[in-house]
This record gives sequence, structure tokens and C-alpha cells, in this order.
Amino acid sequence: MPDKPKVAFYWCASCGGCEEAVVDLAEDILKVVEAVDIVLWPVAMDFKKADVEARPDKSIVAGFINGAIRTSEQEEWVRMLRRKCQVVVSFGACANSGGIPALANQFQKESILKYVYEDCPGMDNPGKTRPQPESKDEGRTLTLPEFRGMVRSLDQVIEVDYYLPGCPPTPKIIMAAVQALLSGKLPPKGTVLSPDIALCEECKRKDSKPADLALTEFKRPHQIQIDPEKCLLAQGLVCMGPATRGGCEALCPAGNMACTGCFGPTSRVKDQGAKFVSSVFSNIAPKEEKEIDAVLDGIPDPIGTFYRYGLSKCLLRRKLQ
Amino acid sequence: MSENKPKQENLPRIGFYVCHCGSNISSMVDVAAVQKYAAGLPGVVVSRDYKYMCSDPGQEMIAKDIKEHKLERLVVSACSPNLHEETFRKAAARGGLNPFYFQMVNIREHVAWVHTDKKAATEKAMQLVSAAIARVAFHQALDKKRVPVDPNVMVVGGGIAGIHAALTLANAGKKVTLVEREATIGGHMALFDKTFPTLDCAACILTPKMSAVKAHPNITLWTYSEVEKVEGYVGNYKVTVKRKPRYVKEDLCVGCMECIDACVFKEAKFADKFNQGLGKRKPVYIDFPQATPKVVLIDKDTCLHFKTGKCKQSCATACDRKAFDFNQKEETKELQVGAIVLATGFKAFDPARSPQYGYGRYPGVYTALEIERLVNASGPTSGEITLRDGKHPKAVGIIHCVGSRDAKTNKWCSRVCCMYSLKLAHLIKEHSGAEVYNFYIDMRAPGKAYEEFYDKLLGEGVHFIRGRVDEVTDWAMTPDEEGKLVLRVEDTLAGFVRRIPVDMVVLSTGLEPQADAQEVRRRFNIGCGTEGFFQERHPKLAPVNTFTDGIYIAGACQAPRDIPDTVAQAGAAAAEALALIDAGFVELEPNTSHVIEDECCGCKSCVPLCPYSAITFDEVKKKAVINEVLCKGCGVCAAACPSGSIVQNLFDDDEIFSEIRGILK
Repeated sequence: MPDKPKVAFYWCASCGGCEEAVVDLAEDILKVVEAVDIVLWPVAMDFKKADVEARPDKSIVAGFINGAIRTSEQEEWVRMLRRKCQVVVSFGACANSGGIPALANQFQKESILKYVYEDCPGMDNPGKTRPQPESKDEGRTLTLPEFRGMVRSLDQVIEVDYYLPGCPPTPKIIMAAVQALLSGKLPPKGTVLSPDIALCEECKRKDSKPADLALTEFKRPHQIQIDPEKCLLAQGLVCMGPATRGGCEALCPAGNMACTGCFGPTSRVKDQGAKFVSSVFSNIAPKEEKEIDAVLDGIPDPIGTFYRYGLSKCLLRRKLQ
Repeated sequence: MSENKPKQENLPRIGFYVCHCGSNISSMVDVAAVQKYAAGLPGVVVSRDYKYMCSDPGQEMIAKDIKEHKLERLVVSACSPNLHEETFRKAAARGGLNPFYFQMVNIREHVAWVHTDKKAATEKAMQLVSAAIARVAFHQALDKKRVPVDPNVMVVGGGIAGIHAALTLANAGKKVTLVEREATIGGHMALFDKTFPTLDCAACILTPKMSAVKAHPNITLWTYSEVEKVEGYVGNYKVTVKRKPRYVKEDLCVGCMECIDACVFKEAKFADKFNQGLGKRKPVYIDFPQATPKVVLIDKDTCLHFKTGKCKQSCATACDRKAFDFNQKEETKELQVGAIVLATGFKAFDPARSPQYGYGRYPGVYTALEIERLVNASGPTSGEITLRDGKHPKAVGIIHCVGSRDAKTNKWCSRVCCMYSLKLAHLIKEHSGAEVYNFYIDMRAPGKAYEEFYDKLLGEGVHFIRGRVDEVTDWAMTPDEEGKLVLRVEDTLAGFVRRIPVDMVVLSTGLEPQADAQEVRRRFNIGCGTEGFFQERHPKLAPVNTFTDGIYIAGACQAPRDIPDTVAQAGAAAAEALALIDAGFVELEPNTSHVIEDECCGCKSCVPLCPYSAITFDEVKKKAVINEVLCKGCGVCAAACPSGSIVQNLFDDDEIFSEIRGILK
């Protein structure tokens, strides 16, 4: 029996939801397991770094890497996987564009460490001790990965061949990607493996979106009784659908929740948050600055709203001072 | 998610040229250094500097290089694209290159003329050049679209400007619709008795032109009508006009005025608007005997039939042509035209805004337009100068600059008041023999034969006092002043304050934009200056054009002006309209936006944002559609499209981002 193609899964700064998404393939996972040999999957199987390192370069057909990159350890791992894998798939919003972890780019490294090890409620650290990349203990040298200055997407650290969007990617697009890989029918390098058209296209509420939103107020989901049929933007909810790539079949709007943008922008957009802002804010009804400000007050956390999954890819990269 | 950067080996062959502009650029920018710098930039295969790139040899050099060096892109670093973009596009075309494979860098207005440090200016020029060279690689070959032009024209406003423009166009064989809001054409000029400086009779020169309009086979005259809506674009406008009911059928009435005699009101008792309220009219009326069209109309607010429903309608009975129709309704008409001339005129300043002059408080205070009617042989007094109490004034004071050159009201000079004040002074003196005093700030007489007219008045014994009148009062300080209106003024030539008692005060009110100028400008999608007059495209070189192609302006709607200038402008506007129509087509700049249909998700975000109503939503395909003929290339939709599915030619993301990278390099 010839060798089955080898596949690796790895996780960086992530929540585990992407692993869950693989398990969510349900019985389809059996087809995957049948077709490939999994050589690395930390969440489910016991492989050590040395096992992977021992493999020849390019001997793994595909590496699926999820999570954003914050530490030196993550950098080391993904660089090694880049060498071992023929194809690297950036898996999920954190790997693609920083995801939730990248919201930390609003703060400097120092202020994060100071808060976590000194100021946060419940902290008892009179010596102001902080973890160090290298320390001595009874004559032994202990090392820890270094905490980098900012959270980066996978493609800001290594070259990426394909992207699977989503927080997490849906079973349907994962399965389609696996099948494309196994059949060798691959799109051009750099492609995001999901339709390159915004979410409204597949949203059942689309027809109820008026031409002119003429927004007078932004509302948060707990503040209103959400109409299950009507366009969420038309109800004053910040729905990122128009600025978000489709492919999820509008799962959230179908579940009466506004899209939060986890599939990222279409290929034509460089900065999802900025694009959404320039679009939806142009549709605010008032024209006077004061009245516009009053409408914008309805969005208490603009970065967390418009860049929930994409701060690493924001044109304004991070806070300096 | 990859950055779109053309690879070094795939870069198109770029030709770069930097202009000295004589010494305009080279005195502040080290042109040779810029040339050398550009030569080292990726893709550049030819880099040259030249004294005058726009000259024939300069253009020839470009065309020759394109052929010899197989250039695929062109960057010229010179003056503003407003000036010479077209020149170099043509040079590119002569060399066989698509004219839009070209980018211009403005290092004259943006660099040389605004900096004083040559080293820094040269560095800035280099950055701008680097940006243009980076962007030009992404340029696409584009074509200008041609759209046919509808040969018909609409003229809005039937004053002397509109009349002249309509006649000029009609004489050139174009079908013209002249739309006038009042019941008759003629405008302000129809109110005047004489015109300065020649003192020829206004009616004698105006009414033949009014009749010519009515009789012209190429002119459709719609009075008592207003433009309600304008849609479309240059060469292809669709206009909706509202025609108000006169309650008299225009095609039947011959203007015999029997109905006016027959009206149940035996005496005329309602204020006559045409005579500035100085005369009276009946509910059925005609503004003046030469009104055009010569058709009576009914004032609904005073007519007994409309007020009570109990009138025996003697007017209708008297009409042997059965022209009366009390059930007439407002009509809405549609017009297709290629060009529009706006000649909507001005509004006279309301002197109630300068209460120190007592207008409305003292019956002896008049506006200049009221005096125009009083001195007019066909006016309410047949040209006799009588005060409201019937007496004849022995002394008359004319105050210049009321609502002009005044920080409290209007800052601008209204241009015509000095001259018409001189004219009125002459006419008042001629008609009444009264002593006439002119109170002026500066005497402005800069037209042909205007200064000579002023000289003539000086010889006629009219008094001229240089100073802005402080107030008009009836408070007498001496027995001489009893029962008089006293003008208190600092005589700035004599150097003391004077009090001049008179019987009649004339306020030379200035010219203002029409009260609805803002609404009208929005309706026609043109601009207004800060003072509210319509904005010309260029104050010197395009004075009758607007920023909306195919819409022209003439006369006092653009700025205060006298009759000769107004007529000249009307002729110019007509000529511009003719140039557009006779070309037969318009070429549209290709910097328009378009929707990439497969990528549009149909979210409609762009639809309400287009200032030119160029975007519609295709309800069948569920996609936005941009009419590229209506698109002006402002880029609002491209910036707002949340999925990046609208692309603007010459301003796509690759072009803009590479330009930014080029600058930041």
C-alpha cells in the first residue's frame, strides 16, 4: 500500500475553536482520516517537535495552521512547518488576520505585561516578578518563549499558500479545501478558499435592505427585539455583511445575529474595518457634525466592532505611544 | 491577500520627462537632479529634461521616443494637469501610445511656486515623480466614450439675457424653449424708461426683441412656468416644467383686453406688482400693453370667482374668443434638450434691511425700481414725478450703495447703481425740474461712454456729495427742515457733516441673487459662490460655463451686470451651447467608475451616495449598475463599496497604493 499523503495541523495563538471545527466535520472526518496520514495534531495526538523535525523537507503535503503569532515559539514552529510542508493553509481568522488576539495591538507590550503581572484585580505580586525568556533556578537555566511586541497574522511571518477564513472556518469550506488539496485541483496561490463576494449575496434578509439606510441610530443586539426577517443594518444593528466575504451561508444572520466579519474582506479590499466604516458611515442620515457624533455614540467600541478579526491587517498597524 | 506588485522583469518600459518651464520650475527645482533620479527608478528606460515640454519640439521628442524606445508608459513632470494633461495625452497618442498610459506630475504649482528652499523642493519633486512612476505601471488603456447630443436647447429666464440667448440660438436654427416664471418676458429691463448712458428708450429696444421671440418659428415660449426637475447629463437632459394656470387659454386670447374693461370690479383696486405696487390692477390683468405673450391672466387671490364662487364672470362673457377657462389646472410638461442656458437674473436688495434710510416708514422714500416706474411714460403716473401724497418734489436725494459695499448687508459692488443713479438724476431733473442730490461713496463709471455720461450730469447742475448717508430723518432742526426728509451725511470732500432737506429720497438698491438661487442651483446641479450668485467654471476663461457640462449661465444670475455685459454674456452662452450641439457628440472622460458585476453582492450601499444619480439597482440581477455617462468620476462609490466591487478607472487601488508607496519610498 503506497504512502498516504501526510497532513499536519498546528495551532498558535488560538482558542481551540478551529480544532473544534475539524472535529465538526462529523462523519466526513472519517473520509479525511482514510485519505491521509495525520503527522501532527497537538490537540488530539501525541507528536513531539522532534518527530516533525526529523521528517524530510516538503514531505508533508499540507499543513493547516490556525492562530495568530505572538511568541517566539510560535514563530519557530511555523517556520519549521513551512520547511516541511508543500502547502501551508492559513486556517481561520486568527491566522489570516490576527483575529481576537490581535485586538491586543491596541496596547503596547509593556502596558499589557504591567497590567497582567501588576495591576489586574486579584494580582498579588509584591516583587513585581515577570516571566523572563531566560532565568536560573538552582543552577539550571530555564527558558520561556519570548513575548513579541505585536500580534501578527501567519502570512506576516511565513509565506502562505491558501487561506481558509472564518472564526472558525465552517465544515463545508474545510471539506471543500481538503478535497481540492487531495484532488490536486488547486486555485492560484494566495487564494482565499471561499467565494469572493460579500455576504449579503447569500443572506436571506438581503431583499429587505433599503437602498438608503439613512441611519439615525446604532443599536446593540440586547437593546432591541430583532426582527428575524428584516435586514439587520436596516434595524440599526452593525452587521458587517456587506464588507465581509461570503461562504458561511450567512449563519449568524440566519440565527438572528449580526455578522461580525469573521470571514474577512473580499480579495479586493485591503482593510476591512476602514472599508466598512467608509461605507456604512456614509449612510448615516444626519449631515451636521454634532448629530453625526450622536449617532456614532451608539458604537462604544469601534475597533472591537470593525476590526474584531482583522487588526493585524489594519493599515494602521499598531499603537506606538 | 498578496500585494499586487509588478515584478521588476515585468515592468513596462517607462519614459520620463521633466520640464524647466523656462525658469518657472528650474529656478526652484534642480531639474537635472530630478532627471537623474528618475533614470534610476524601476522601469524607466528614458529620462530627459527639456526647457519647454509643452512646445512642439518637446512633444515631438516624446512621440519619437515612444517609437524608438518602445515606450509603454509615459510620465511628464511639469505644470498642472489642468493646463497640459491634454497636450501630453495627444503627444502620447501621436507616438502610438494609448493616451491614458500617461501620468502627469505637477511640480510647478505644487512645488516650484510654493517653496523657497531649493533643496527641499527638489526632494519633494523627486518623491512626487517616484509616486507617478510607481503608479503608471498599473495604468490601463482606456477609451473616451462618445455620446450624441440632443440639438434642442432650453433657456431659463426671459429677461434680456434669456431673450438674447434664445434668439441667437433660434437664428442658428436650433429649437429653443424659453421658460419664464412671470406672465411676460422682458424681465427687469421691461421696467425701465431709459437706459444709460445713451438714454435710449428701453421699450424701444426691448419690445422688438420680445415680439421676435414670440414670432420666431424655432422658439417655444412658456411663460408663467417653472422648471421643476432636471435629469440626465450633458447633451441629454430631461427637464420637467410646471406650467401654472392663467385661467385663460393662451392660444385663444389675442390680448384685446375687453375682459379687463368688463371685470365686475369697475375700478382697479389691487396693488400692481409690475408697477412695484405704485399702480392698481384688476383681478384680470396684463402686466403692460407690450407684454409677451399678449395674453391676460387672472389673479386667483383677488378674483371674486375664486374667492366667493359668486361672480357673474363678466370677463368671460366679454371674451368673444371664449378664451376663459376657470377650471384650468397646473400642467406638467417634459422636455428633451442637449443644453441649458440659465439666465434667471437678480433680485433687488430689500431696503427694509437698512432701516436707517426709512424705507416703509417715510412715504417719501422710494426704491430705484419704483422711480423707474414713476419716470416711465407708460408707468402709473405716465412719467410724472409725484409723491405718494400727490405733491411734486422740489428737492430729491439719491443715495447710492444701498445694500452694496456694506459690511452689514452685502459686501460687493453692484456695478450698475452709480450709472442708473446718474440716469435717474437726469430723468428726475428733466421730468420735474427738482434739485437733485447724489450721495455716493465712489463714482464708478468704467464702461464705454460711462465717464462721459457722468461729465454730462456734472454739467447739468446735479449736486454730487461724496459720503455715505448716515440716516434719513423727518426730525427737523431748523425751520427749513420742517416737513422735509433730512439726509445727514459726512461730506468727505468738504470735511464736515451736512444736513440736506429733500422731499423725495431714492434708494439705489443693489443687486442680489434671486431668493431661490440655492434651490435653482441644486435643481440644475451647479454651484454658487459665497455671495450666492451662480458659479462660473473659470472667472476669466470660462465665464459662462458651469461645472456641469451643458449648462451655461448668462447675465445677472452670475454676478451684478449691466445690459451691454448681460447681452454679451447671453451671446457667449448661446455660442457655447452651439459649440456643444454642433459637435454632435460629447466625449466623456474615462475616469468613471464601474461595478464588477460578478463581485457585487447587491448591498446597495453605493446607490444613495452618488451625487449625480448615476447608480441604479437592477432588481432582476440584484446588482448595482453605474451609468458611465452620468458618472463624473468623483470616486465616492468606489471608496464606499464595502466589498471593493466598484472600480474607478485611473484611481483603482493598485494605482493609488503604489502611488502612496512611491511617495513614502
